[in-house]
Amino acid sequence: MPLPYYVSPEQMMKDKAEYARKGIARGRSMMALEYRDGILLVAENPSTLLHKISEIYDRIAFAGVGKYNEFENLRVAGVRHADIKGYSYHREDVTAKALANAYSQALGNIFTEGIKPFEVEVLVVEVGEGPNGKNEMYHILYDGTIEDELHYAAMGGQADEIRRFLKDHYREGMALADAVQLGVRALTVTQNKTLTERDLEVALLDRNRERRKFRRIADAELRSLLGRGDGSGGDGSRAGDRPAAGKP
Amino acid sequence: MPLGNPYPMHERWQGLFGNYLTTSFVDILRAQSPEAFPPAAFQGWSAPSLDAQGPLLVPRGTTILALRYLDGVIVAGDRQATEGYQVAHRRIEKVYKADDHSAIAIAGAAGPSIEMARLFQTELEHYEKVEGDGLSLEGKANKLAQMIRMNLPAAMQGLVVVPIFAGFDLKRGEGRIFKYDITGGRYEETEYYATGSGGKDARTTLKKLYRSGCSRSDGVRMTAEALVDAAEEDVGTGGPDPIHGIYPSMKVITRTGFEEVPEAEVRSQCDAVLAARREANSQGAKSG
Repeated sequence: MPLPYYVSPEQMMKDKAEYARKGIARGRSMMALEYRDGILLVAENPSTLLHKISEIYDRIAFAGVGKYNEFENLRVAGVRHADIKGYSYHREDVTAKALANAYSQALGNIFTEGIKPFEVEVLVVEVGEGPNGKNEMYHILYDGTIEDELHYAAMGGQADEIRRFLKDHYREGMALADAVQLGVRALTVTQNKTLTERDLEVALLDRNRERRKFRRIADAELRSLLGRGDGSGGDGSRAGDRPAAGKP
Repeated sequence: MPLGNPYPMHERWQGLFGNYLTTSFVDILRAQSPEAFPPAAFQGWSAPSLDAQGPLLVPRGTTILALRYLDGVIVAGDRQATEGYQVAHRRIEKVYKADDHSAIAIAGAAGPSIEMARLFQTELEHYEKVEGDGLSLEGKANKLAQMIRMNLPAAMQGLVVVPIFAGFDLKRGEGRIFKYDITGGRYEETEYYATGSGGKDARTTLKKLYRSGCSRSDGVRMTAEALVDAAEEDVGTGGPDPIHGIYPSMKVITRTGFEEVPEAEVRSQCDAVLAARREANSQGAKSG
């Protein structure tokens, strides 16, 4: 029976991290930023059915980049965690911080104990209640590293460039249309193509909504927010109405 | 006999799928947090015999009803919970929003009923978030039937839960009403239904007054008539109470969603019903 090769722990961690980073870099990027009424999430995602951005709970949204089946797994686990906690205690006891810590533990364990690390990064964001409510954004990496971000966050292959772009262009208290335009520009910063509404997945946590703050922005509304309106301006005023959350 | 895995391939895969297939919050809660799960029955405790002083003394919700009108359904209930011969609670809410297009009204033992409504709400929301799309109205009605069936052992001990489930079916474009029995039997009503201790009286009233395809204001009026009758005939049901300012709760569900009937509207309709009866009585007294 051949003896297994000795690999030093440093080398093993380095290899795993490189493997995970490569997997994530292959995928398309996403970003989130605070605007006047909450948090906006924009992802480059040509699929209209397989989402990168989703609702977790009343004030909490989730976004993932990298391998779809892996972050989808984390998303469903997050919804379960939130629903069980909200049912056992109270809806307001479900917080992004607890969820982000759970993700951090799970990813950290998988990274150190598993043969193959998850090739994902996830973002957990929570919109504050009321006009002065404080938003929270947690960015969790493939190895369980957790960071809390201020004002904006970016993940995926071009995350560094997007973050640099947002650092220069982000302003506090932006209106929704401005925020959407900035977000889409940020995603194209390293590419010399324009993204149309069909390449984008956009959702937001709007603190002015009742209980469930999460809302997806459909193509028609996105077009008018981007100022590429073709007369369908009526959809732009839908910001206040209430289509069922969680639906594409 | 070949060595190796004794299970056929598909069974192995089903095991792997197991964790990812269930979108039912009820199943997850039972598996992961059994302590938070409502007990099906209380062990070591037997039901009081029928000739003892009646069923277990717990607050009970009394009259609830649902009726279809032109744009959807109205779901309503009185506001009293009764415990034996006592008023347990004057302002209990018996009609809950289940999701954007459906409502659950509860009658029976108040504690388990409210818990079931809460679990049902979470179940629907959980499914919608995990799957990205909500259940069909029929699917929701069936899920509720399963939950009532799970409660059967407790129902045999006297903790009966019999809700009405009503909603707007977006595919069919109409309001629908489902009633249940304690075994989880699910039956659809096409016009109206009422249950609880004053349910029979409310149904009698609706039988005389109901017209299909009525307007919302007529529907609210009929609901008020039925609930006032239930309160007159059934001691457990609370009528409109101008002294404490308590009026029945009424919700409507239409294509655009779930909406509460404003209290001012409920109050004016109830007052109109009471005024018409006062008028009829005083005229009867004069002519008699």
